[in-house]
Amino acid sequence: MATNQDSMTMRPFRIRRTAQDTYDTFTMELEPAGSGEFTFAPGQFNMLYVFGVGEVPISISGDPTDPLPLIHTTRAVGTVTKALQKLKKGDVLGMRGPFGSAWPVEQAKGKDVVIVAGGIGLPPLRPAIYQILANREEYGKFVLLYGARTPDDLLFPKELEQWRGRFDMDVTITVDRATDGWLGNVGVVTRLIPKAVFDPKNAVAMLVGPEIMMRFTIADLQKAGMADKDIYVSMERNMKCGVGLCGHCQCGPSFVCKDGPVYSYETIRDWMRKREI
Amino acid sequence: METLEPILAEHPVFKGLDPQYIKLMVGCASNVRFNQGEFITRDGDQADEFYLIRAGSVALDVYSPTKGEITYLTLREGEVVGWSWLVSPYRVHGDVRAIQITRAIRIDAKCLREKCTKDPQLELELYKRFVPIIVDRVEAMTMQLLDVYSD
Ligand SMILES: Cc1cc2nc3c(=O)[nH]c(=O)nc-3n(C[C@H](O)[C@H](O)[C@H](O)COP(=O)(O)OP(=O)(O)OC[C@H]3O[C@@H](n4cnc5c(N)ncnc54)[C@H](O)[C@@H]3O)c2cc1C
Ligand code: FES
Repeated sequence: MATNQDSMTMRPFRIRRTAQDTYDTFTMELEPAGSGEFTFAPGQFNMLYVFGVGEVPISISGDPTDPLPLIHTTRAVGTVTKALQKLKKGDVLGMRGPFGSAWPVEQAKGKDVVIVAGGIGLPPLRPAIYQILANREEYGKFVLLYGARTPDDLLFPKELEQWRGRFDMDVTITVDRATDGWLGNVGVVTRLIPKAVFDPKNAVAMLVGPEIMMRFTIADLQKAGMADKDIYVSMERNMKCGVGLCGHCQCGPSFVCKDGPVYSYETIRDWMRKREI
Repeated sequence: METLEPILAEHPVFKGLDPQYIKLMVGCASNVRFNQGEFITRDGDQADEFYLIRAGSVALDVYSPTKGEITYLTLREGEVVGWSWLVSPYRVHGDVRAIQITRAIRIDAKCLREKCTKDPQLELELYKRFVPIIVDRVEAMTMQLLDVYSD
């Protein structure tokens, strides 16, 4: 997998732009503070370090064919992510990466692709969407199912609108709680699966969301006829070193930072079903 | 003249049902249309009908005195609205509202219940087809409770 430098070496990156997506989620564009290249595969993540506060793993949400500026979309939930949110244009942070496994975008060629995102799960899938759209003719049907808590929580609304307008991509959105004026679907994202048009025997599914949502999604994909080996999930476990040394991110016999975060469900199912692993 | 028979026979819920039962049901069926915002049924109404959506979409709402109307699920083409007609005392649970102009087939459930009393096999077939719908609605409410995107 693509790693640009020694994985323990932190590189300074400067914030070029920062934008608030929703009340708790923001997107940052970063560029190397010195000179430097950067490449990544869709699904990979970086460790972002806010000086004096700490480090967090955040997936890359930009276009792999145009990797700089480096794009990260983050939900501010705790100590480091809230500190990250306070940074401004011109500030510098530390970055290590990219780390981890990638979405099976190459293996999916010639097949239908179903992408299921829940909440903050869309950013880690966005690079895969870009890559598939850039080589659209090499895939069969392309389905994106996206669920969020409320219409105000939907990320990248303009881009979703553009994708919805394409004839070569089926985009369906649903929210858990409608607000006034919402005329779209209400209900969790799993409900969209039975109505999605794809060939379950010749498809690859990629999903990200809270573990509970992924469990229900997997069950519905299986009901639709998909095999476990064709269902890919991204696991988000707490991390410290990011390079397989500390054991913080252990999930069964594997370390999410090094063997994941993207796994075929076939390899992770016994561990995903267990609580508190 | 086009009858509702092929439409009923093709509907996902009634697919595979004995054609003689489809014929029986056509006798209880009619086409209906609802305007955007129109209530199709209200909580506590007598449950003497159900609907097969043909176009448009509807919201299933529950009312909370503190939170107001909460939509827990929307239904579209190919889905069924209403299961309370099958379970005594035949009272509707929650409100159903058209989100867009919605066309549906209305089935007179009183008429269908009468046919069921004469034919237990038909009743059994309908139960088999409606229990999954009830489960689906329970699941939708459970998902709401779980707040799946919060963690
Ligand atoms: C591979 C990978 C990729 C990821 N990609 C993304 C991404 O693209 N975007 C994104 O937003 N996130 C992503 N995450 C998740 C992100 O790394 C975490 O949200 C982040 O590490 C949280 O760090 P923090 O210091 O801000 O929160 P912490 O302070 O560590 O808090 C983490 C959680 O614990 C809760 N918490 C904090 N303090 C307390 C307390 N005292 N008592 C009880 N609960 C508490 C918080 O509410 C929060 O839910 C990814 C994670 C992994 C592993
Ligand atoms: S984060 Fe240290 S082993 Fe994975």
